[in-house]
Amino acid sequence: MFDLLWLLIAIPLASAGILLVWGKESDGFGHLIGTVASAASFVLGVVFFIGLLGREDGDRAVSQTLFTWIDAGPFHVDMSILYDPLSSLFVLLITGVGTLIHIYSIGYMEHDERRRRFFAFLNLFIASMLLLVLAADYLVLFLGWEGVGLASYLLIGFWQHKESAAAAANKAFVLNRVGDVGMALAIMLMFAQFGTSTFAGVHGGMQNASGNVATALGLLLLLGACAKSAQVPLQSWLLDAMEGPTPVSALIHAATMVTAGVYLVVRAHAIFDVSEIARTAVVVVGLVTLLVGAYIGCAKDDIKKVLAGSTMSQIGYMMLAAGLGPAGYAFAIFHLITHGFFKANMFLGAGSLMHGMDDDVNMRHYGALQKAMPVTFLTFAIGYLAIIGFPGFSGFFSKDKIIEAAFGYNVWIGLGALLGAGVTAFYMTRLMIMTFTSQKRWQKDVHPHESPKVMTWPLIALAALSVLGGALAIGGWINDWLAPVVGQTEQHELAVAPIFITLLVMATVAVGVTIGFFGYARQPIAGETPPNSSVSLFTRAGRADLFGDAINDAIAVRPTRHLTRFLVYVDGKGIDGFVTGLADRIGDGADQLRKTSNGFVRSYALGIFGGALLIVLALLAVNLA
Amino acid sequence: MIVFWVLAPVMVLAALGLVFARKAVHGALCLAVVMISLAMLYAVQDAPFLFAVQIIVYTGAIMMLFLFVLMLVGVDTSDSVVETIRGQRLFATIIGLLFGITAVIAVGQTVALTVTGLDEANANGNPYGLAELLFGRFVLAFEFTSALLITAALGAMVLGHRERLSPKKTQRDYAAMRMQAYAADGKHPGPAPTPGVYARHNAVDTPALLPDGTPSELSISATLRQRGQVREGFDDDIHDIAKQIEGGEQ
Amino acid sequence: MNEYISLSMILFAIGATGVLVRRNAIVIFMCIELMLNATNLALVSFSRQHGNLDGQIGAFFVMVVAAAEVVVGLAIIVSIYRTRRSASVDNASLLKF
Repeated sequence: MFDLLWLLIAIPLASAGILLVWGKESDGFGHLIGTVASAASFVLGVVFFIGLLGREDGDRAVSQTLFTWIDAGPFHVDMSILYDPLSSLFVLLITGVGTLIHIYSIGYMEHDERRRRFFAFLNLFIASMLLLVLAADYLVLFLGWEGVGLASYLLIGFWQHKESAAAAANKAFVLNRVGDVGMALAIMLMFAQFGTSTFAGVHGGMQNASGNVATALGLLLLLGACAKSAQVPLQSWLLDAMEGPTPVSALIHAATMVTAGVYLVVRAHAIFDVSEIARTAVVVVGLVTLLVGAYIGCAKDDIKKVLAGSTMSQIGYMMLAAGLGPAGYAFAIFHLITHGFFKANMFLGAGSLMHGMDDDVNMRHYGALQKAMPVTFLTFAIGYLAIIGFPGFSGFFSKDKIIEAAFGYNVWIGLGALLGAGVTAFYMTRLMIMTFTSQKRWQKDVHPHESPKVMTWPLIALAALSVLGGALAIGGWINDWLAPVVGQTEQHELAVAPIFITLLVMATVAVGVTIGFFGYARQPIAGETPPNSSVSLFTRAGRADLFGDAINDAIAVRPTRHLTRFLVYVDGKGIDGFVTGLADRIGDGADQLRKTSNGFVRSYALGIFGGALLIVLALLAVNLA
Repeated sequence: MIVFWVLAPVMVLAALGLVFARKAVHGALCLAVVMISLAMLYAVQDAPFLFAVQIIVYTGAIMMLFLFVLMLVGVDTSDSVVETIRGQRLFATIIGLLFGITAVIAVGQTVALTVTGLDEANANGNPYGLAELLFGRFVLAFEFTSALLITAALGAMVLGHRERLSPKKTQRDYAAMRMQAYAADGKHPGPAPTPGVYARHNAVDTPALLPDGTPSELSISATLRQRGQVREGFDDDIHDIAKQIEGGEQ
Repeated sequence: MNEYISLSMILFAIGATGVLVRRNAIVIFMCIELMLNATNLALVSFSRQHGNLDGQIGAFFVMVVAAAEVVVGLAIIVSIYRTRRSASVDNASLLKF
């Protein structure tokens, strides 16, 4: 049965190709082909998953070599895939959520004339992401990595006519490139050290590798992960990526692509287990990002940007968990899956809101939408409860475990994660109040209405998953499932009982909700965003993405511009100047030289005589010597 | 040796004279002095044949050629003192001096080789020895040189040729011209009288007397007239002689 | 022996300088003849030094060729003079920059 694993990738890829090549003719039904392809992959994913479930505990890694990719002497890479518990979960997440978003997009992109192309790009993304998670070799993973980067670029800049969208696509691509440098260097180091880039070869070789190699590999892979998962310091592209259509934000920038970094860290756990420095770096990156993302989410009035900040923050949680070592790998994946459900749910909900509010994203223009769009409200509310960690919802189980593990690692890290939970509660409450429950602040001629069934059904499905997703943790099922891949989950020594931490988390969340409530439900909310001059420094910092863009500009963009200008100057004045100058000087020399041919025979005779004199002098010199 | 040390300064001075002479004819004469001195040096150096050839060919033929052409081209023209090309004179002098000094020093460096002398080579006489070589070893060069001479002569003829641009005047044309000149100016159509018909004296500067007793303009060269060197005042002598003849008859 | 060669060199140098300094074509030609004569003197002296007549033969040929050269050269000068009415060497300066 597992012989057909390659179909998982091939079907969406072929669909993408067909949709792109078939052209305008297929505009009428292209979206259906795309959705069917995604659904087919999902069905296959379920079948394979059931097949894997049926196997014994130790027998759950199915590796296949599809064909030889590169064969150049000692540099040999096969297109090999690995289907094991970790990749099976990702396959289900990607194809499942992906198919739901495909269905949603049929309705959302109905009025767009390039809809077929949109579905082609979505399929391309699905295929690349599947290749990424199914790869058994770092270079094959990198192939998928680059593929999702390309799909992200194409989809962010889908509305090409909008300059802001094109700029955002470029920004995402360039920042991802910076991370790709890290990935590429890591792979090169693997080849140099182990002679291979397969998981088996690298992870097996980690026992003999020196600490420095492990640290280097870990840090380089972390760089790649930071770019793809929008972690600090390469986080500034995620908020701008909201320029893309909302299904794109839901699928790529919430559920799947941005989680690729976490997948990489978990997959390469053999490397991180060896190097303490790399692990600490991951923890620090995760902690900083979760706080930064939460901060930014508080200051934005654009609903998609709030959700993007929230995504950044939640992935920070996942990174933090992944950096905690064997204690946290399983929880990172767990939170990844639950986050995929409720974040995709909320993004699609935002899309539904925009659909009803004439594509306006400014929450200042929302208000009292609870009655106008009930299904959207209900599903969004379920996602809200999940993300803040309301007991019983999926987010409660996943986030709680992470905070617990964080406390077990270091009390300060735990406190930081706790604080992040509180801030999350605050800004999500703010969002809910501003959008659904406060006074009407609608613009003129806006008539909010519920979205069509093709859009609400995926919302309902995802909302259900947001609730039921917590079932994965029952009896520690997910820990046992992932144990063959990441090792048994260790239990850290906790100073207090776990239940105490759970209560602490719930208390913090309650505090956050209360602050949000009193801040926004009790007072009237301004109809337009207050100008920068009238808000506090903290708000201004949050609005400026904590100066992420400014820092990038100062560290990278401006020096590079100066450098290029300098190089152009050197090239123009220096090199060109030298070359043309040389030509000019030769010309001047020639000018002077030509004055010797003045046409007078006697001058020429003088020259001849002078030469004769030189010869005689030479003879004399030779004789004297 | 004495000959050498006497002639060497003369030659050098004459050479300098050639270079510095303002009038070209003076230069030509200086060159002739150099050539004759050279001939004497050849004679001293056991080259009697060359001594003769130098005088006959070089001084006699070539210098005369030079003087002929000088007269043709303009014996009056003299070079202006001003030099048109900047730095020419300066550099020419410097290089010339340097060359001379360097060459003399270079020559001085050569070890004074023993002079073998030409006694043995001239055993049968210098022309004999030369002839042996000329028609023996160097006969091919000799033949080529003679071809060269013929070519040079032909070349000179071709270069000196003036293409006739108008049809050649026949005797008839000349006669017609003379008649026209007589009709227009009254110029005598016949030839001038041969020398001696009207001449009184065989000196160039004594004019001939026409039948009516006036001196003829045509009998004195224009150059002499221009210089004012025409002899005057023969009338008294003619009177005296005429008187003597008349007295004798009576 | 050396003095003859030295004298020859001096005459040669004087003749060369004369070629450069004078402007009248005929005078330049005469200076060239001076140079040729100087070489003749050197040839004859070396012939005496070596003890064979090869140098004198050389001098002889030089004389012959010089004669031919003078003939042709003067014919050229005369024909140039006929057209240009001037024997100055500086007039032929069209091949300038």
